[in-house]
Amino acid sequence: MSDRLQHGVTSHVPVLRLGEVLLVTLQGDLHDSDAQQLQQDICEAVANSGVTGVVIDISGVEIVDSFLGRVLAEIAANASLLAARTVVAGMRPAVAITLVELGLTLPGLRTALTTEAAMELLTHHDPAAGRGRLSQELG
Amino acid sequence: MPEHQAAVSEGTSARQVAEFLYRHSERIAQRWADEPLFRSVFTVSRDEAVEAARAVAEALARVAESERVHDTDATGFVVVREQLARMAAARSRAGASMAQVSGEVEALRPPVASLLVEECADLPADEVREYATALTVLMGTLRLVVLDTALSEGQALIERQQLQLLEVATPVIRLWDGVVAVPLIGTLDSARSQVVMETLLEAIVEQHARFAILDITGVPTVDSLVAQHLMKTVAAARLMGAECVVSGIRPAIAQTIVHLGLDLGTVVTRASLADALAYALHELGVGIVAPASGGAGAR
Repeated sequence: MSDRLQHGVTSHVPVLRLGEVLLVTLQGDLHDSDAQQLQQDICEAVANSGVTGVVIDISGVEIVDSFLGRVLAEIAANASLLAARTVVAGMRPAVAITLVELGLTLPGLRTALTTEAAMELLTHHDPAAGRGRLSQELG
Repeated sequence: MPEHQAAVSEGTSARQVAEFLYRHSERIAQRWADEPLFRSVFTVSRDEAVEAARAVAEALARVAESERVHDTDATGFVVVREQLARMAAARSRAGASMAQVSGEVEALRPPVASLLVEECADLPADEVREYATALTVLMGTLRLVVLDTALSEGQALIERQQLQLLEVATPVIRLWDGVVAVPLIGTLDSARSQVVMETLLEAIVEQHARFAILDITGVPTVDSLVAQHLMKTVAAARLMGAECVVSGIRPAIAQTIVHLGLDLGTVVTRASLADALAYALHELGVGIVAPASGGAGAR
């Protein structure tokens, strides 16, 4: 609790909307409670804005432990319930190796090398034709 | 009581041998220089052989003086250890086996022993026997030291080569824009698969690869451990945002995998590297077409 107060608002992670995609950029190490807060923020943002995709850029994260790994998987599961696809972008090699050694292969999660590739994956390469295309056709 | 007596006389005889070795180090060195061990190592100059032999004889004398004729770690040996290692290495490079080197070291004993017997001709028989025993033990210890140094040299060489093998055995090749491949050759163990994983992931970042091909044509056998290493690499690459294709699965290996009940269900597999590349290009939306007839496109 005191940690949470110490970190305060400064470690709050911004959730940006870019068209039909939510962009979340994680920088540095994320505290457990911040991660949970982020999960809630993303969930609400997806529900309110009706986006079709969420991109989580973790290229600035050096340490991903089992908790953050689980939070990422839960964010993806939450978002898919709300009909949005989640892509985790920019995972560092060391982080990938650590997660695999921990046995966390995050099977339900889409991944991309860079944020750009993730955006492309969500906007162009979209065989499932989410709500975005449907609304275009209707409009 | 007799034991105590024996210990005392062993100590004295060791000191006597030390004195004898000091006194005759020059003569012993001259005789040793003609023995196969020194002659074959120092082929160019006999003086060098004599020099080396004298160093060894004096080291033996120092060891005997400290009454530690059994002890391969005796301080006296420290100074000649490097010299002995060089000689042993030279012999094994020339194709001599360990047993041969050992035999050649043993051949150093008779000349010294005969010199000792000459020297002690007018002493009582059991005293001479004591000296001879001490000398024999000392020479046996020298033999051990030589073999020990040779073995540790060999061990160091093996470790060096293992490191070199790790470095050279894992090249990451760029096959196309966004497609990299690692041809795996030889048995995959934990250390190697770790290096493969690291270099592959680094290459994926550097080359912005969307596809990584693990070619196991050169892997002789696939057991559950190797399969586990492969799965880990595939999972790590996927976490980075690249898709991994395992290629080069020969029919025999496919059968082994099925027999072992290994589940590679989540991994894309192809029979050959070419098939894997074709799959990657297809997924990338790249097509290769034959040039129009007339050879305009031929290079």
